[in-house]
Amino acid sequence: MMDWLVKIGYFLLTLGIVTVYGLLLSAFIARTIAKVQGRIGIPIYQVFIDILKNLGKRTAVSHGVMFFLGPVLRIAGGIGTLAFIPVIYGSEVYSNFSMAGDLMLVIYFVFFGQLGMALGAGEGGHPYSAIGVARGLAQMSAFELPFALAIVSIVVQYGTLSITDIVAAQQGSFWHWTLFTNPLATVAAMIAFLGMTGYSPFDVVLAPNEIPVGPPTEYHSSFLALMNTNQAIFAAAKLILFMNLFFGGATNLIELVVKTWAIYMVAIFIGVAFPRFRVDQSIRFFLRVPTLIGIASIVFVQMTFAS
Amino acid sequence: MDTLTPLTNSGLSPEERELFSDARPVAYEPYPAKVVEGVLNWARANSMWILAFGTGCGAIEINPLMTARFDANRMGVAMRQTPRQSSVFMIGGYASVKSLKRIIRSYEQMQGPKFVVSLGICPINGGMYWDSYNTINRIDQYIPVDLYITGCMPRPEPLIAGLLELKKMIKAGKCDGANRYVQNFDWYKENQKRVIKDWNMPDYNW
Repeated sequence: MMDWLVKIGYFLLTLGIVTVYGLLLSAFIARTIAKVQGRIGIPIYQVFIDILKNLGKRTAVSHGVMFFLGPVLRIAGGIGTLAFIPVIYGSEVYSNFSMAGDLMLVIYFVFFGQLGMALGAGEGGHPYSAIGVARGLAQMSAFELPFALAIVSIVVQYGTLSITDIVAAQQGSFWHWTLFTNPLATVAAMIAFLGMTGYSPFDVVLAPNEIPVGPPTEYHSSFLALMNTNQAIFAAAKLILFMNLFFGGATNLIELVVKTWAIYMVAIFIGVAFPRFRVDQSIRFFLRVPTLIGIASIVFVQMTFAS
Repeated sequence: MDTLTPLTNSGLSPEERELFSDARPVAYEPYPAKVVEGVLNWARANSMWILAFGTGCGAIEINPLMTARFDANRMGVAMRQTPRQSSVFMIGGYASVKSLKRIIRSYEQMQGPKFVVSLGICPINGGMYWDSYNTINRIDQYIPVDLYITGCMPRPEPLIAGLLELKKMIKAGKCDGANRYVQNFDWYKENQKRVIKDWNMPDYNW
């Protein structure tokens, strides 16, 4: 019993650190994009003010129970994703609830938040929410395919479903990282990652100025604050997952910050350089080359490791 | 003011009337603790999300606010495309009767505390459209305005100066436009219905 309480306490600590880190990272990225456009950009603490302001806003709108539950399910998806990912390898404090087979659970949780959002935004009743949700689910089905193929590939490679074991197998030298031992799976997963982060050219879901802001069009005040917080947690959790699976994990906080930042910069570099895809282009993109790369990585793994 | 009588929604047909709320808007009550309200006012002042309503020529002057030259982002100003999430309503110039209807709908859908900034001379006294048959002369007869930025049209520099002024006013807790709207609701509605002939929406757009 005591054991569990300590674990939950450790997890809450991790959650706090990851939330603050995720928010700061998003502000830092906004500043980076501003620099690319020749602007100064928001102050680094702006994200916290935005959340505070949204919490202080009043709400007088009710769309039904599911509308209220939408952001709750979304943040449950974000926290759930983080809960089963070991954040720092070899540290008891930051290992969360990592266990055998947690990889499957995490992949489910990545999907879970989107479903909550779809139900909540659907009940909002705004036409643009419905369009955004339809786009989001279609695009997610598309980028899950190369992602799932990459996951299958590394599961075959390491012969385990535990994220901790996968990180353990990559320790030693950076030549042991999946990036170098299984580059095809890494490429397929990184392309899927572009779709997950939702920056251009794959920002068809939120699509500012096209379908005003997509699914959260009707969300405001504390709902929006909850969703912004989740965005930070979820983004950081996904970054940590990718770092663990493909880039050798982290053994201390500084390594974590450097690696997750570098992974995020891939999405940002591509995001600032390319305009938005149309919906059909975006979905077809994932189903062609990245899927083939994913299949090739499984064939490669079968020939190299599974003998 | 009468706060208890439900709205009649007389512009709607009987079947439609059941689908809409007939509740009156409620005034924003500040938090009892002054410190909390002060902190929230500071947050509101430093995070102004603008719903730009491009009715007139002002729309073309709002867009450069976000570009490299003026970069309002660095002052916590951001553009939102939906009235639900924005806190500052920016009326970009003259308002024709047709767009006044949309202005009212958008304004009422915004969640409080909300502030209204009007650009240019036209919403103040009609400007060059003062004798036009389909342009309203004074916007503050129809929705409450917290801050006017005059000019024909004001360039982005006065816009930024105006936003900084609004920031000071919000921080001091002096922007009570939304509460004025609630307190004088019947007067505002009467004025609105006098100019908008085809009133086919509920009396308050929740």
